[in-house]
Amino acid sequence: MEELMEILNNLHPDVDFETEERLVDDKILDSFDIVSLIAEINETFDIAITAKDILPENFNSAKALYALIQKLEEEA
Amino acid sequence: MLFTSYGFLGFLAVLFLLYYIIPRKCQWGLLLGAGYLFYFLAGAEYVPYLLVTTVTIWFAAYRIEDNADRQAAYLKEHRAELSKEEKKAYKDRQKKVRLGWILGGILLNIGILAVLKYTNFAIANINGLLGAFGQTGRLSFLTLALPLGISFYTFQAVGYLIDVYRGTVRAQRNPFRFALFVSFFPQLVQGPISRFGDLAESLYGEHRFDGKTVSFGLQRILWGYFKKMVIADRMLVGVNAIIGDTDAYHGAYVLVGMFFYALELYADFTGGIDITIGIAQTLGITLQENFQRPFFSKSLKEYWRRWHISMGTWFRDYIFYPISVCKFMQKFNKFSRRHFGEKVGKRLPVYLSSFVVWFATGIWHGASWNFIAWGLGNWAVLMVSETLEPLYARFHQRFGAGGRGYAAFEVARTFLLVSMLRTFDCYRSVPVTFRMFGSLFTARNWNILWDGSLLCLGLTALDYGILAVGTFVLVSVSLIQRKGSVRERIAAKPYPLRFALWYGLFLAVLLAGAYGIGYDASQFIYNQF
Repeated sequence: MEELMEILNNLHPDVDFETEERLVDDKILDSFDIVSLIAEINETFDIAITAKDILPENFNSAKALYALIQKLEEEA
Repeated sequence: MLFTSYGFLGFLAVLFLLYYIIPRKCQWGLLLGAGYLFYFLAGAEYVPYLLVTTVTIWFAAYRIEDNADRQAAYLKEHRAELSKEEKKAYKDRQKKVRLGWILGGILLNIGILAVLKYTNFAIANINGLLGAFGQTGRLSFLTLALPLGISFYTFQAVGYLIDVYRGTVRAQRNPFRFALFVSFFPQLVQGPISRFGDLAESLYGEHRFDGKTVSFGLQRILWGYFKKMVIADRMLVGVNAIIGDTDAYHGAYVLVGMFFYALELYADFTGGIDITIGIAQTLGITLQENFQRPFFSKSLKEYWRRWHISMGTWFRDYIFYPISVCKFMQKFNKFSRRHFGEKVGKRLPVYLSSFVVWFATGIWHGASWNFIAWGLGNWAVLMVSETLEPLYARFHQRFGAGGRGYAAFEVARTFLLVSMLRTFDCYRSVPVTFRMFGSLFTARNWNILWDGSLLCLGLTALDYGILAVGTFVLVSVSLIQRKGSVRERIAAKPYPLRFALWYGLFLAVLLAGAYGIGYDASQFIYNQF
């Protein structure tokens, strides 16, 4: 989780990712952010987030994103 | 039979009566019949294309889901006896089968669209190249009919297929019900491009007559006709005059044409969508909104989140994301970061994916270099803005840019930018567009703005008066909309005021609607996309 928080904070230092739960719904993360995020996460965690995983519910909060990472790590 | 014809109004009236008389479980069947009748009346020769898309996409989705279900059942049944490697090998084999179905479905349907829409464009370019290399031979153009709304219904059907493949929606097993999703007549010709997951429940549901919903739907239709017939069709006359004679109308006329076209396109397309959503609403069906007051955007990026939303999200979800996160792009990401540094390197893959998306967006709008130039123009501005964003942030911080004045400046700047880019759609070629932009600085004919020359564009002083009032009403409604539903606010007013407002709007369409010689009330601009 710490590694993920570091990636997120580097992307948007102005956002409180600990508490924010509507990152996509409130357009805090746009499509460019999501693509950059995926590239970093895939490299850091050695997983493959694909287009079908790009759903608001997976990217709305750091917690949801971490759950997705864990799920993909288990499947790998 | 088009939205602005009397025949269409008669068709709607009959359908509406039948819809609320017949047993509610038959309503979706009636809509299917109405969709095919509407399409048949638009051109009987188009119907086979609609059928091919419907049948092939339905079947491919059915097979994909069937395969996924069987895979899940097999893995569940043999969970204990299969090793991890065996499970993975089995999953990979099944995935290939599903991939075959989805690729087959997409290639066939996008292929039909591409052949019908782009063959002659390709031939024109090949002929151009032959000429450039001194060859005298020329390829002949083909006579290809472009079925009404093919870009819209193909995208809607392909989106459904991808959603089923991704497992985000369950496939519609009943082919007739699926046929309704592809042929729902209000959205057949100019969208919005609906998602199956958003529309299915409402589309197949049973709908009781609800006075408020129906009257809100009718009000929305009336508002759409106002935008289309009072504003858009009137402005079209001026736009056609200006772009039709570039020798006579250059310099300041280009600026006039640019703003006219921006407003015409807005009134035409949003008006058409108002009619579409309004018709669906009278039938108890909710379609997604396609616009969110786009001309109030403070940047081009924001504008594209608020204009033709269903198309933007389609390109994002089905082209931009898959390209951006595919294996090649992940490798390219690593490569570019290694060679161009962290800051620049991580941007390059996004720029590349965006380039593909904007090229596709451009050519989707029309088979010509004008639309490609327009698409890539948008791409260039968006990428420059994205790159310079840190600089803007520092500028805003340093000079305290904020407040309403600066916001108004940003809105005006975005409107100007959008209007300039849209000009590429108008003129007969890209070089002519650039020449016309150039003439803005060389013609020095600014006097045409006040010396009465604008009255020679086929529009009278009364037309300009109507356009000014119409635009004022349009802007006012948009401003009120920011605080919530305008129809809800009107519904809360006393009856005489409500009556006066809606009856006034009705009269405006009737009396100030653009009819007759010189006006083209028959076609919506987005029908041809």
